[in-house]
This record gives sequence, C-alpha cells and structure tokens, in this order.
Amino acid sequence: MNSKLAIRDLNIHFGDNHAVKNVAMEVAENSVTAIIGPSGCGKSTVLRSINRMHDLTPSARVTGTIMLDDTDIYGRSVDPVTIRRRVGMVFQKPNPFPAMSIYDNVIAGYKLNGVLKKGDADEIVESSLKRVALWDEVKDRLRTGAVELSGGQQQRLCIARTIAVKPEVILMDEPASALDPISTLKIEELIEDLKSKYTIVIVTHNMQQAARVSDVTAFFYIGELVEIGETRKVFTNPEKKQTEDYITGRFG
Amino acid sequence: MQNSAQGIKGDAIFRGFTLLLACSIIVILLLMTAEMVKESLPAISRFGWRFISGSTWDAVQEEFASLPYLYGSIVSSILAILLATPLSIGTALFITELAPRKVGAATAALVELLAAIPSVIYGLWGILVMTPWLQSTIQPFLIEHFGFLPFFRGAPYGVSMLAAVFILMIMIVPIITSITKEVLMAVPSSQKEAAIALGATRWEMIRMAVLPYGRSGILGAVILGLGRAIGETMAVTMVIGNTPKISLSLLSPAYTMPSVIANEFAETTTKMHASALMEIGLILLFVTLVINFLARMLLWSVTRKWKGGVA
Ligand SMILES: Nc1ncnc2c1ncn2[C@@H]1O[C@H](COP(=O)(O)OP(=O)(O)OP(=O)(O)O)[C@@H](O)[C@H]1O
Ligand SMILES: [Mg+2]
Repeated sequence: MNSKLAIRDLNIHFGDNHAVKNVAMEVAENSVTAIIGPSGCGKSTVLRSINRMHDLTPSARVTGTIMLDDTDIYGRSVDPVTIRRRVGMVFQKPNPFPAMSIYDNVIAGYKLNGVLKKGDADEIVESSLKRVALWDEVKDRLRTGAVELSGGQQQRLCIARTIAVKPEVILMDEPASALDPISTLKIEELIEDLKSKYTIVIVTHNMQQAARVSDVTAFFYIGELVEIGETRKVFTNPEKKQTEDYITGRFG
Repeated sequence: MQNSAQGIKGDAIFRGFTLLLACSIIVILLLMTAEMVKESLPAISRFGWRFISGSTWDAVQEEFASLPYLYGSIVSSILAILLATPLSIGTALFITELAPRKVGAATAALVELLAAIPSVIYGLWGILVMTPWLQSTIQPFLIEHFGFLPFFRGAPYGVSMLAAVFILMIMIVPIITSITKEVLMAVPSSQKEAAIALGATRWEMIRMAVLPYGRSGILGAVILGLGRAIGETMAVTMVIGNTPKISLSLLSPAYTMPSVIANEFAETTTKMHASALMEIGLILLFVTLVINFLARMLLWSVTRKWKGGVA
C-alpha cells in the first residue's frame, strides 16, 4: 500500500504550550487509522494540523512537514484552501448550517466551487445521503431545515456534506461521541464502507470502536506518539508499557 | 422551615412588585396615547384624511396638512438606512473577522464612542463642517454629473434632504455596527470551522456560515437603526433646511415630523396649530409602532424556519 500521508518532525505550539512533540507517522491509502490517548494528549491538535485548521488560531505555530501524496501541506506556495478540499473534516459536535435545508447542506461545498447543474446536484445529494444511510430517513423532506434532524442524523448529514465534495482524506474527531449506540453503530458501518474510497483518520476515546473500525492505531501520551502499529497488534500485544496500561484501563 | 416560608413570601412580594412595574409601563403608554388623541381631536375632526394627503401648512390661515413632514421623515430615514446597512455590516465584519485583534478592538472602541456622542454635537458638526462641504463640493459635483436625474436637480444650498440623509447615516452606523458586531461574535466557531473545512476562503466562510447564522440579529440591528433615524430630531433639524415641500431632488431642503414639532411647539399661536402638531406626533408614534411590528414579524418569520435551532 502507498502512504497517503507522511508526517515528519511535527511540532505544534500554542503560545508557550508545546502541545505536540516530534511526531512522525504514516497513513496508508484506503486505510482507517485510529488515534487514541488520554484527554488533552494532543489527538485533536494532530488531526487538525492535517488540514491546516490551526491557521485560524493566531497563537498556534506548526513546524515540520506533512506530505499529502507529493504535496507538503505546509509548503510555502501551498494554498490551504486547496488542501482542505482534498482533506475533509468531520467534527465532534454535529455542525450543519442551520440556515440551510438538508439538501443545501449536502451540496454546501459545491456552492463554494461555483455553479452546479440541478440534475447533477440532485444526483450528488442522493448518492451522498445514501452513502451515509440517511437517504431513506430524509428523502421526503430534503427541503426542510437541517436542524430538524436528530443529533445522529445531523452527524450523518455532516459526513455526507464532507464526502459530497469527494476529498481524498477524511479526518474525524470523535464523530460518534455525542451519539446513542445505534447511531454510533451506523457511523462505524459507514466508516468501514468509506474505507474503499477514502483514507480515514479518526480520533476516538472508545477503545472498542478503535479496535472495530481501524486498521492501524496510534497511541498518544502528553503530546508524544508513543506507539503506532497494526490495530490487532496494538490491542493484543503492545510494545510499550504505557500503551498496555492505557488500553487495559490501568491508567494514571 | 421559617426561612423557606419567608422565602416564599418574599417571592410573592417581588413578583407583585415587578408585575406592578410592568403594568405601569403599559398604563403610561396608554395614557400618553389617549392624551395625544384627545389633544389632536380638533385637528382630526377639522381636516380628516386631508391632514395626511395634503401639503399646506399655514398657521395664519389655520390650514394644516402633514404630507411633507411624513415624506421627509420616511425618505430621509430609508435612504440613511440603505447607506448605513452595508457600511455597518462591513465595519462589523472588519472588527470581528478581518482585522488583526488589536486593530479590531480599537475600531470597536471607537465605534462605541461614536454611538455615545449626543446628537446635538452631530448637528453642530453637520452645520459647521458637513453642510458647507456639501455645498461647495459634493452638490455641485452631483449637479454637474448626475443633474439629468430628477434626484439631483436644483441649486446647491448645503442644507438639504441629502445633508439629513448623511447625518442620519453617520449617526446610526455606530449603533447598527455595534449590535451587528455582538451578533457576529456570537456565531459559534464550529460554524466557521464547518465552512473552512469544506474549503471555503475567508470571504466564503463569512457568506456561508457567519452572515446566515446572524441574519435575524442583524435584521434587528437594522430595524433599531431605522427607528432611531425616524425619531431623530436635533441633528436633522439643524441640517435639513426645515422647508415643508415635497421634492424628488435630494438637494432641496425638506422637513421631518420630529423637526416641525420641536421647532413650532413652543410658539404655537392657536389651539388648532397645537392640535395639528399633536396629530403629527400621533402619526409619528403610529409609524414607529408599525416599524416595530414589521420588524417583529420579519424576525419571527426568519427564526421560525429554523425551529429549535439557533435564533
Ligand atoms: N486552540 C487552542 N489554543 C490553545 N491551546 C490549545 C488549543 N487547542 C488545544 N490546545 C492545547 O493543546 C493540548 C492538546 O489538546 P487537544 O485538544 O489536542 O487534546 P485531545 O487529545 O484532543 O483531548 P480530548 O480527548 O479531551 O479531546 C492541550 O494542552 C490544550 O490545552
Ligand atoms: Mg480532542
């Protein structure tokens, strides 16, 4: 397998706070990589560096390289907007646009790119919503507001919005943490299904979830990458003591 | 036990007290309206609808009609709001989204300061600085280049509808900006991140996530500005030229409802004159209430679509 993302010497500071330290890791194409670790260890911070979300935070400083195929994401001549079109993101809390209908939320990314023919839009909406298993639930009310959906439906809508623009990589930051077990299961099935087309990096606090959905697991502790390896191996036979303590719940 | 019994009693007293206050506001409003209606009855019964449709205002002949004032008030306010709204939203966006933090904060402080300046100061500045400048520069320019339009015909007097529009715009921009700024700051970062993560540029993020989220609040700010513009007396009186004529030209002097009341009330000669001014006050009150009502309807229709979502 090719490596889709290659992170080297990644250091991230917020003012004086050295939040991510010398991280190096690779992510294979069409795989699911789970990032686990205790709260505050820098999982979200690493994830958000992959589509340059830290550009919005004035105090944040990112150094090192992140290669997306042959492009250095933090290269001088690289436009963050083109990077974000290639690397989509799903957030912890569902954040559909409340002033838009379900339909318009799905094609929101296309509204940025200019005109979209009506027929094409219909097709994109239908196929995206089918992918996230939301189509049957909303096909009769596509024009109603997105906030009328339940939390789990909203999150699936946000995933549909992300995959509608066909990114190469999808970043997910605890996408199921606010959801009930059934919605969570749907999202996990969805991730399994998305893997064939996309490269996925997912942050999760849920060990079983990481074990179920991911091919590779990375364990972080206080800003450092402690261990990364095949999920089965990390969970059954970790190399580091810290990892073992964490996954067996003998921590702190 | 005793404590909680006392608490319940205290609660009841407090509730009664606030209820009393709330009622007294309504009673005061009703009494005021009733008094105004009573005082304007002579004018209402003598002139009827002619009072609104006619344009004569003659204290000697005791012939009164208010259309020029109504026209002046509405036209000056609406034009002012049309100019002020984009300017205010732009300034608020600059403060919250575009400017470096310190520059934004300084701009915001300046805007708050402008909102606190008494209107008579604006009026003085209008008379001493703005009107001469309009007369010597802007109005001749408009006449020369746009004189073919009916809106820019006539001689440059300085004092004019245009001067009133400008002064009103300058006065309401700080208010609209300041409220819009609050509204924009309340837009959650998750909304902005949603747009950015989809590959939006800063401007696209503003258009897609920030403005739609804040639209009902911004609308409220604009309506508040409109209310302020319609009721503004002092500064407008000082620059509009106080001439009760209806003219399409923005260069002509005009008159507004608050201005005529302020100018003439102290020196009314006859009962009918005072009554006519009262009726103008009544119309002003009515217009203000209608604007507020429309604003609420608008806000309601915007927020209703989102249901349990954000407002
Ligand atoms: N926007 C920010 N400004 C300043 N410091 C930040 C910011 N975001 C994160 N940090 C800091 O970076 C460190 C890592 O935070 P991060 O959010 O990545 O943790 P996390 O592993 O995602 O935790 P959780 O599991 O609770 O989400 C923390 O010390 C946090 O205080
Ligand atoms: Mg996190």
